[in-house]
Amino acid sequence: MTTYAVHTRTRASNAAAILLIGLVAVLVALPFFAGRSTIQDMFFILTMLVLAQFWNLLAGYGGLVSIGQQAFVGMGAYALFAAVILGGLDPVPSILLAGVAALIISIPTAFFAFRLQGAYFAIGTWVIAEVFRLFVAQWKTLGGGTGTSLPRSATKDMWFVDAITVLLDVKSSAARDILAYWLALALALVTIGGIYWLLRTRRGLALAAIRDNTEAAKSVGVDAGRMKWLVFLTSGFGTGLAGGLIYMQKARISPDAAFSVTDWTAYVIFIVVIGGIGTIEGPILGVLIFFALQSLLADFGSWYLMTLGGLAIVIMLIAPRGLWGLISERTGIHLFPIRRRLTGGKLDQLED
Amino acid sequence: MTMLALNNVSKSFGALTVTDDASFDVPEGQALGIIGPNGAGKSTLFNLITGNLRSDSGSICFQGRDVTRVSAMQRCLTGIGRSFQIPQPFEKLTVFENLLVAATHGRNQSEPEVRDACADVLERTGMLRRANTPAGQLSLLERKRLELARAMATAPKLLLLDEIAGGLTEGECQSLIATIRDIHTQGVTIIWIEHVLHALTSVVERLLVLDFGKVIGIGAPDEIMASRAVQEIYLGIDV
Repeated sequence: MTTYAVHTRTRASNAAAILLIGLVAVLVALPFFAGRSTIQDMFFILTMLVLAQFWNLLAGYGGLVSIGQQAFVGMGAYALFAAVILGGLDPVPSILLAGVAALIISIPTAFFAFRLQGAYFAIGTWVIAEVFRLFVAQWKTLGGGTGTSLPRSATKDMWFVDAITVLLDVKSSAARDILAYWLALALALVTIGGIYWLLRTRRGLALAAIRDNTEAAKSVGVDAGRMKWLVFLTSGFGTGLAGGLIYMQKARISPDAAFSVTDWTAYVIFIVVIGGIGTIEGPILGVLIFFALQSLLADFGSWYLMTLGGLAIVIMLIAPRGLWGLISERTGIHLFPIRRRLTGGKLDQLED
Repeated sequence: MTMLALNNVSKSFGALTVTDDASFDVPEGQALGIIGPNGAGKSTLFNLITGNLRSDSGSICFQGRDVTRVSAMQRCLTGIGRSFQIPQPFEKLTVFENLLVAATHGRNQSEPEVRDACADVLERTGMLRRANTPAGQLSLLERKRLELARAMATAPKLLLLDEIAGGLTEGECQSLIATIRDIHTQGVTIIWIEHVLHALTSVVERLLVLDFGKVIGIGAPDEIMASRAVQEIYLGIDV
């Protein structure tokens, strides 16, 4: 008797994996041939992608629709500024502290927000984010409500900047952008890889089960409460890292900007929803569409936001699972396959 | 050995008492059937045993251990498996993945460790040919079989079946009975709520009658079906 086996890979995903390796190589080498504005655009795309992947993990897999992710961006960013300005640390390792700070505040946030369900949870997270913004605005040594900048001395001597200046023969300001870009690329790759890995473990199965039916999931031994904590804390940490990195590159911070619900949650939701919620591919497609729209409509002021909103509504009506959902439904293609297919054993005889 | 013991268990929703001072034992290896009119509190009784609901008073012991305050998830890990009256599949997962969730978490083992066991359960419940089909695309009979298969995948010592034969054709019902009998023969203790009486009595050794949340009779199926109380309340015959 032949034995059973489980497969997840498909021919399309094997081809995608090869393409992906090529794409990563191009992205790593990008600063060697692309101009500074391209690097800055790519930095924006990659950091938004990281935020979108973590929001997708929360809402698309964990069923936790948070509209308070700006709390973790802002807290991470302020932790980085505090570490550099008050602690005298280098900005690059301070990014890790940004993640840790966001992780720490996500514990009390989860403690309060998990008492709420559905829409109440969403509003609750927003309110908690506002509370953090108001607290930070009282922090006088970091500029209070008006904000502050990273000291020139700190940004000039940042780790790796000298090496990049020599390696690529660029000015130190351009070298800082390249450094930020490479860090964003690394963060995006680790994020996507980490989420893909999580979804392929039995915890990923548990997340899918909780998403489909929480009561039934508990009845087959899934610890739904622990999974929600795991997802929320992981997202908090990752969002904090992205927040620290974004504001290291901006080098200028204020509470209103760092805790902006529009920039760090509304845009992120747009990206995930139009791209395709509950898939890894969705946010990748979504961030590219978002960037294209932003570039096209940059000169049209408030028409820009109205177009984004209108487009989101249209896509939700014609393709509730987003553009990637539509594509994978029509073609059956999954670039990051997680479906476990049982083969071999008596299944082979059945198919004859 | 006693597999499950309920001692004076009560549960109310507001003024409505849905489980009223219920006490009974289920010995290891036995199959117990539960009957009673609609609204008698049968499903509530199940939810109390599985921990999906908490009882207001009384105690529930599983294999001699008090589990009254233990969560549904922990009770599953100790060996209580269940099917839902209305099938509750994980719709976007395939049939095989539905079983994988149950087996990896319900037994606390890794995916490779439970792979063959899941395939075996699929075979025994007649669901192997649907292994790679998303659960959302299944027919009613297949959904019922998936409920049974998913509960079996957690390797339960006590299996609770909630109206698993309801809504099936006679032929479907017969094949499901054969599957359940096969599971019972292998030593799994079963408690089964069912309105399809001939299905129930062809498997169980003992019958319990529930009415208005009260246990009004428990014993051999013949005696229970012949008893005055059952004929009056359950069959609606005025004796």
